[in-house]
Amino acid sequence: MSKQQVKMTVNGTEVSGEVEGRTLLIHFLRENLGLTGPHIGCETSHCGACTVDLDGRSVKSCTLFAVQAQDSDITTVEGMAAADGTLHAIQEGFMQEHGLQCGFCTPGMIMRTHRLLQENPDPTDEEIRWGISGNLCRCTGYQNIVKAVRYAAKKLNETTREAAE
Amino acid sequence: MIPGDFEYYRPNSLDEAVKLLATHGDDARVLAGGHSLIPMMKLRLAAPEHLVDLRDIASLTGISEDGGNILIGAMTTQSEMIASKVLSESCPIIRETALLIADPQVRYCGTLGGNVANGDPGNDMPALMQCLGATYILQGPDGSREVAARSFYEAAYFTEMNDGEILTAVRFPKPTAGHGYAYKKLKRKVGDYATAAAAVILSMKDGNCVSVSIALTNVADTPLYAQAASDALVGTAIDAATVDQAVALAEGITEPASDGRGPAEYRTKMAGVMVRRAIQEARERAQ
Repeated sequence: MSKQQVKMTVNGTEVSGEVEGRTLLIHFLRENLGLTGPHIGCETSHCGACTVDLDGRSVKSCTLFAVQAQDSDITTVEGMAAADGTLHAIQEGFMQEHGLQCGFCTPGMIMRTHRLLQENPDPTDEEIRWGISGNLCRCTGYQNIVKAVRYAAKKLNETTREAAE
Repeated sequence: MIPGDFEYYRPNSLDEAVKLLATHGDDARVLAGGHSLIPMMKLRLAAPEHLVDLRDIASLTGISEDGGNILIGAMTTQSEMIASKVLSESCPIIRETALLIADPQVRYCGTLGGNVANGDPGNDMPALMQCLGATYILQGPDGSREVAARSFYEAAYFTEMNDGEILTAVRFPKPTAGHGYAYKKLKRKVGDYATAAAAVILSMKDGNCVSVSIALTNVADTPLYAQAASDALVGTAIDAATVDQAVALAEGITEPASDGRGPAEYRTKMAGVMVRRAIQEARERAQ
């Protein structure tokens, strides 16, 4: 089977590569681009460790072919911190609130939180729990993850308010 | 878990997609949201040699009202249906059902067309479309034709759709203003298929039920339209005895599998419980 050229924007940079039709987006990100933030967890679309943001949607990159992402705009966890290394408010929240233990689910949690807070900037705890229901964590019991999301929402809203003033 | 290799096509028009299917026959599959097909390909339970991605065919996406009907393009995603103002106002049971499907990431990708055309008895939209009296619009090499959702499903993964056809849209009459509705789904966890689920839409007038339709998910190898249970409620005030009767009639048509979701007898009973709860809530919501 023939290889195909794909091109997409990842973390603000235009990238391209040659892939087989069957190459999954997660493999393209990790192996072609060296972005090992998105993790391969269950490989069955359940755990959410491979979650990235694609054209304004959270998607599980183990359940998309790279060719489907042609011309799309993707953000992975590597694209969240500022260029000078300052953590994004969501990353800061996970650190401050101890929202991770082993850290395996964290990149997916952060990317899902990123989209959740764009759509619902001030979610209730229940909305947070439903919002991250496609991301599994086997360490924390979720309590501190919910706190981390709340921390990030508060910080992002304060930043937005200050910018408006 | 690497799928078998395939040639990937991304046509811009429905005609082109239909032609690709005609050219490659059995070896081709269409790709919508991919969240049923890609997992099957990763398990090598499906190995299409030609994959025709429908995502660039703009005419397949969108929700519109056309007189008394609502038309939803096959590539419209669950999350687009959840966000739709038209559906929230005219047919909120779709939002209620879509929110019980999988998880947020999957709902951004999963489409109505994929959900109803795949023929998976675990999917939630087929029973809902039967409840709504929907019609599926299919496009094939010889033109388009329409099949009622209530006669579309033959067995698990077997439907009225022929090889070479593409489901392009779903159309259904807008439920009457003030209708009551509920979709009740018992599942073991977020993302699971139903142990049993029931969709109910009903209309009341002067304290009496004037129309009702009930359909069931995942308690047989196809979705089930519960005609007798629906008929039992029409013309009544939906009193306790009538509800008991409708529940028994609905339970009577189930033929669930015994599997990880429980033994068949249990799933039949749970279908009854879901029907009972859905009737109750629909009755409370009806104006």
